[in-house]
Amino acid sequence: MSNQNINWAAIDANPKFQALHRKKTVFLWSLMIFSTVYYFLLPIGAAYFQDLFKIKVWGVVNFGLLFALSEFVVAWVIAFMYSKKANTEFDAMAQEIINETQGA
Amino acid sequence: MTMLNKWAVSLAALCTSSAAFAGTSAVADEFKWMTFAVFGTIIAITMAITFWAARSTHSTSEFYAAGRSVSGIQNGWAIAGDYLSAASFLGIAGLISLYGYDGFMYSVGWLVAYITVLLVIAEPCRNIGKYTMGDILAFRNDPKKTKVVAALSTITVSTFYLTAQMVGGGVLIKTLIGIDYEVSVIGVGVLMLAYVVFGGMKATTWVQITKAVLLVIASLILVFLVWSPYGFSLPAYLQAVIGDDKVVAQVAKLLGDAATGMTKEELGQRFLEPGLFLKNPIDQISLGLALVLGTAGMPHILMRFFTVPTAQAARVSVIWAMGIIGGFYVLTLFLGTGAAMLVGSAKIASIDAGGNMAGPLLAQYLGGGENSLLGNFFLAFVAAVAFATIVAVVAGLVLAAASAMAHDIYVGVIRGDKATPKEQVVAARLSSVIVGIIAIIVGILAKGQNVAHLVALAFAVAASSNLPAVFLTLYWKKCNTTGIILGMVVGSLTAIGLVMISPNMTYPKAVIAGAKKVIEGEPAQAAKDAVPAKVASSFTCELFAMEGCVASAPAKAASPEKPAKPAAAEKLAKLNEKIQPLQDSLATLTEDPVALKKAQDDLVKVKKDIAATEKAKAKAEDDLKKFEGQTTSIMGLEKPYFLLKNPGLLSIPLGFLLVILGSLFTRDKRSEELWDELYVRQNTGINAEQASAH
Repeated sequence: MSNQNINWAAIDANPKFQALHRKKTVFLWSLMIFSTVYYFLLPIGAAYFQDLFKIKVWGVVNFGLLFALSEFVVAWVIAFMYSKKANTEFDAMAQEIINETQGA
Repeated sequence: MTMLNKWAVSLAALCTSSAAFAGTSAVADEFKWMTFAVFGTIIAITMAITFWAARSTHSTSEFYAAGRSVSGIQNGWAIAGDYLSAASFLGIAGLISLYGYDGFMYSVGWLVAYITVLLVIAEPCRNIGKYTMGDILAFRNDPKKTKVVAALSTITVSTFYLTAQMVGGGVLIKTLIGIDYEVSVIGVGVLMLAYVVFGGMKATTWVQITKAVLLVIASLILVFLVWSPYGFSLPAYLQAVIGDDKVVAQVAKLLGDAATGMTKEELGQRFLEPGLFLKNPIDQISLGLALVLGTAGMPHILMRFFTVPTAQAARVSVIWAMGIIGGFYVLTLFLGTGAAMLVGSAKIASIDAGGNMAGPLLAQYLGGGENSLLGNFFLAFVAAVAFATIVAVVAGLVLAAASAMAHDIYVGVIRGDKATPKEQVVAARLSSVIVGIIAIIVGILAKGQNVAHLVALAFAVAASSNLPAVFLTLYWKKCNTTGIILGMVVGSLTAIGLVMISPNMTYPKAVIAGAKKVIEGEPAQAAKDAVPAKVASSFTCELFAMEGCVASAPAKAASPEKPAKPAAAEKLAKLNEKIQPLQDSLATLTEDPVALKKAQDDLVKVKKDIAATEKAKAKAEDDLKKFEGQTTSIMGLEKPYFLLKNPGLLSIPLGFLLVILGSLFTRDKRSEELWDELYVRQNTGINAEQASAH
């Protein structure tokens, strides 16, 4: 509210902002693509690779069940990775840009 | 003392009428008082929350966004409370109890959906938005036009979801405790309105948190009781599940003729293998797409991100929500398989064909069974959590729809953003009342209707209309007003249109044929040879029932000759004939306890069969009357033209494509000029809406 006349185009052109944008884009898209592919492997595997899913690995627990459980673990790991990266890198980079804008 | 009394009463009741249970509701009459006491306690807690929240709900920011003062962790619990609707909390445990592996696989998409929310939606929306999805879209697109379209889409999605919740809730409460459907719907509606109108987002948030905590506690206790006898070993526990005769019988029933020649071990193991429920992989991928992209476009979920003070808090809330939601679905694996082993699918399906009663019945069993005090206390507790669930989810949806109506349409479009703060709050409260009353009326009108497709539809519309618009507005420089409007309108209409001609609708011809089979019986069938799997003649044939198409079909094993099935009336007569000799034998067998026990069990079984046959007959007669003379669905089709249950596979890419095409072929100065500001703000949080000081 305090800063009405911000030159947004200038911030956008700022190399620091460009660096943040690039880093975020690469990181987010790789996680997004990986998680989507990994998720759709489950219905595809359950439909077309039933022999694999039926292999018993751990007592009566078969590969399919472990794979389904691994979906949960993978989702949590992705959430953890993103939050770690954002908390340590992205937030700091954004804060630098904010400081520069408000200092100027 | 009272406990012993109740025991005596219940034992007496058992002796007189063992079959009374199968009749009306899951809770026997003598335990209703306890159910009402637990319900009353939970309602009292939520009312206290509302009273407390109402004292600090005066401004629009407080009404719609709880003053943006909800912490990340609190919001995480609230998201879980908002998202784990009765359908996922009772429905998935039910699917697992009936179909094993496939039910569990179905739950995965509901969690994976939050990755999209976390990575691309939550933080930018917090940084750009104010109260509604319309605010996000209006940031750089034509505010009035996009707000109208966004509000219409929000109201459509919320209404579909709301109707499904109201109808599902009414049926659920009736099944659990036998309260009339209409009374349940009105009760849910009035309570929810009280939370929303007086306590706004703050009360809604805390009702959702309370419900999520209760749900998690209840599930943890049940899983502990189910799993601890096996020393918390997964293989040992599952070994016991698939070794159970009830589970083996259920698999054999599902496989039908294919089960002949399979050993007991093979049948049991099959419960942990895919393919007992979800038959069409393309349909699953379509549903998966709708879930993964639709959740991020659900207005009531988007709205939750406006309640936290910063984008960082929005991030924390999704992480917590993913932990709670994912953890809960892992617990449902135990709830579902536990119910299959301990309660048995036959009993679960006898009370509700969809399996929704698996969780509550498991609770009752673990507490000591249907005639124990503790068992009924557990059941009452789970039922009350289910009730709290419906109310909490419905409150979130009403708030989302009301904000679209009041904030986007009335304040944004009709008043051109010139309404005073006081007028805005009045409009918000009034809209909540209107939406709430509509929800109650629609809920009552939709009694007995098939509403399963409405949930799929809500997700499909959110994924085909809301998500492409929000996503491309946030991330694509060339996106503009024309693109947004075109994509949202065509995306949602395609999704709705495809569902209207899909297998989700009711097709009278099939219903009548099924009902006639029950009433008239089936003729004997000759043995059939095995049929190899058929491959669809083209991919379009997988999706549409076009002329000249060969639909794909799985291989069928050879089936032996089948005897004729008797008509319902004939079957009933035969069963009734059995009762008299059995009752006579009871009198003569008093000397022999083993034989007496067997005769008593037989009698109970015959009575249950009679009840089930009578129920099936009544339903068939009802169906015949209801669809008399009709041959086509409301769309004029005899059978589905679109073959998938979920339209996402077609409507989602179409939604994206039209936003892109619409944007490429038109120019919009405002959309271009504001891109820099939007992009910088969504990444840095500069000028984001601040938390109000409270």
